[in-house]
Amino acid sequence: MAERYELKNKEVWDGNMAAAHALRQAQVDVVAAYPITPSTPIVQNYAQFLADGYVDGEFVMVESEHSAMSACVGAAAAGGRVATATSSQGYALMVEVLYQASGMRLPIVMTVVNRALASPLNIHGDHSDLYLGRDAGWIHLIANNPQEAYDLTLCAFRIGEDDRVRLPVTTNQDGFLVSHTAQVVEPLQDEDAYKFVGEYKAKNPMLDTKNPVTYGAQTEEEWHFEHKANQHKALMDSFPVIEEVFKEFEKVSGRKYNLVETYKLDDADVALVLMGSAYETAMLAVDKAREEGIKVGLLMPRVFRPFPYNEVAEKLKGVKAVAALDRSAPMGTTGALYNEVAGALAAKGESAILTNYIYGLGGRDTTVEHILEVIKETNENAKAGKRVTPLQGFINLRGPKLSFN
Amino acid sequence: MKKIGSLKEFACTPDRFQGGHRLCPGCAHSMIVREVVNATDDDLVISTATGCLEVCSAIYPYTSWDVSWIHIGFENAAAAIAGAEAMHKALARKDRLYNDDRRVKFVAFGGDGGTYDIGFQSLSGAVERGHDFLYVCLDNENYANTGGQRSSATPIGAHTSTTPRGRVSYGEKQRKKDLTMIMAAHGCPYVATAIPGSKHWKDLATKAAKAISTVGPTFINALSPCTTEWKFKPEDTVEIADLAVETCAFPLYEIEDGHKLTINYRPKQKLPIEEYLGAQGRFSHLFKPENKWIIEEWQKQVDEYWDYLQRREEAGV
Ligand SMILES: Cc1ncc(C[n+]2csc(CCOP(=O)(O)OP(=O)(O)O)c2C)c(N)n1
Ligand code: SF4
Repeated sequence: MAERYELKNKEVWDGNMAAAHALRQAQVDVVAAYPITPSTPIVQNYAQFLADGYVDGEFVMVESEHSAMSACVGAAAAGGRVATATSSQGYALMVEVLYQASGMRLPIVMTVVNRALASPLNIHGDHSDLYLGRDAGWIHLIANNPQEAYDLTLCAFRIGEDDRVRLPVTTNQDGFLVSHTAQVVEPLQDEDAYKFVGEYKAKNPMLDTKNPVTYGAQTEEEWHFEHKANQHKALMDSFPVIEEVFKEFEKVSGRKYNLVETYKLDDADVALVLMGSAYETAMLAVDKAREEGIKVGLLMPRVFRPFPYNEVAEKLKGVKAVAALDRSAPMGTTGALYNEVAGALAAKGESAILTNYIYGLGGRDTTVEHILEVIKETNENAKAGKRVTPLQGFINLRGPKLSFN
Repeated sequence: MKKIGSLKEFACTPDRFQGGHRLCPGCAHSMIVREVVNATDDDLVISTATGCLEVCSAIYPYTSWDVSWIHIGFENAAAAIAGAEAMHKALARKDRLYNDDRRVKFVAFGGDGGTYDIGFQSLSGAVERGHDFLYVCLDNENYANTGGQRSSATPIGAHTSTTPRGRVSYGEKQRKKDLTMIMAAHGCPYVATAIPGSKHWKDLATKAAKAISTVGPTFINALSPCTTEWKFKPEDTVEIADLAVETCAFPLYEIEDGHKLTINYRPKQKLPIEEYLGAQGRFSHLFKPENKWIIEEWQKQVDEYWDYLQRREEAGV
């Protein structure tokens, strides 16, 4: 048994350290990983925990991210708790295997530190890599600060390993803005954390060799559709489990998480939708705008996959104008989050005026003032009762203002 | 280590790789796989790379595998088995194994494409890290599952669908990559070549038994004649494999601890390479007068390599 780690009630951790402690406390059996900025410290911290006897599982430093995820799949199918961490190009190199992990219904946990994708090469944070795994059948949780990165990583094990779910989970945090920003984090003590995460007994483990199993069979047109439909159903049916786990986590930690988070949205005419660390910047902007008499609120899907379209549409009901802010390069269309929100509203017959802003690519700063400007423009749409601003705008972009209609 | 007794005894071993799979009649893959999995009494966890073996042996809702088996992708059979092996270690240490019996062994199978080429990185990585597993390459010298394209195991002069013979082409231009030696250079405790078949069945079974019981990464490169792409009659598989050995086109040897080389079989009289090439349709064009030089080149390469093996064995390096 691994040594207990003495923790204070308040620790100063960055997002990477927070995630590493969550993996340690979950007593993961196998971590297979490959370093990449800005998630490297997760792997390094974990290696130090191992060197100091605070973890007693296997730590496999493979030769690439493709092999990291492949080893995770092999280890999870063998039958035990498995985790890894990555960013950007590493995430891209894993994509083939992400689908295999979810198709085999293996509850691997991956802490993703979001970063731009080359080219051009950029090590800073945006959500381009988050969307690489969008359709891969993994649950996606979004953390906005080190505390959330810690909390949600603990929750991720519970959610993914739940017998009703059995799916892999990513917890996402913004590169540098969260991963390298030290903040006060209130951790659970080791025994409480482990009690919350619980023991994991794998279903159909390969290592139960007296009952051999076949993983990754071929299906072709005869069965493939049924398998994929079942997998999709498992993902869609995970909503109540996620909520259950969040509720239980609230009991042990006092911190409350929801499928959809909102800020001052109840009486709002205008809403911004965004994910990640900019949510906290946007809170300040909302406070300022409210002082100026603009009734604005915020919404963030805490869970991006499965996408909580019912809750999103419900919360945005009656809002006159909505701006969806995307921190990724859309390349030829509107942003990914915008598209989700548009779909959710359309499906539920909501008719808010919808615009899209692209911000923060490659770690570009987005300030309270920038967001305040977006709020004002969105408010113009609300007041006019129709869209008077461009469909898609770019925040804090050098050169002439860029927008598309 | 399982003692490999008589052929009769070995043939009566309960099959862990069942018939009913969809490999071509005469395919050597199934012969090699059966010999390997029956060469141990230990429980097995197996990973298989994408390729003929995988697509033909586990078609939902059926499977030929009576042992735990996983297929993930083309290039990661070694990484996947490394993960499974790491999990076994972790659970053993934590005393959380699924059954009392700790005798679980790990084996990966890949074609030459999945091993020499796209999967080489993950194989090299897994071996370098010292995972305890046997990797068996089913070397049919082409990408058979996708219709017989060249791989870096394809020998010079062979017709494949991406190095076709044609008005101005004699087929594959490169000589075969020497993966066995590359794996030995990793410092594997045990590396060997093998062929399926009647005459040398015990050689393969013994090597498999030895490799499986050796602690650490081990590697067997098994020549796997492919009736479809090499173009010979299904009943001739074993004969073709034997010819590869009798001509020294594919000599049988093993290397321990990365350097100690032993030749396992010496033909009484080394047959000319024409006998091996002439038995396969993929080389038929080499017998045209303008391609005579390729056969000569083949013979030269075979002679040099055979000479090299003998000198190494003699020198004990
Ligand atoms: C990433 C990736 N690239 C390409 C393929 C297509 N593919 C499947 S099997 C195969 C060839 C397999 O050849 P080999 O490894 O020699 O095995 P064999 O079928 O000859 O036994 C290829 C190219 C794939 N499945 N995955
Ligand atoms: S194509 Fe060749 S390797 Fe593939 S199943 Fe047929 S004989 Fe075997």
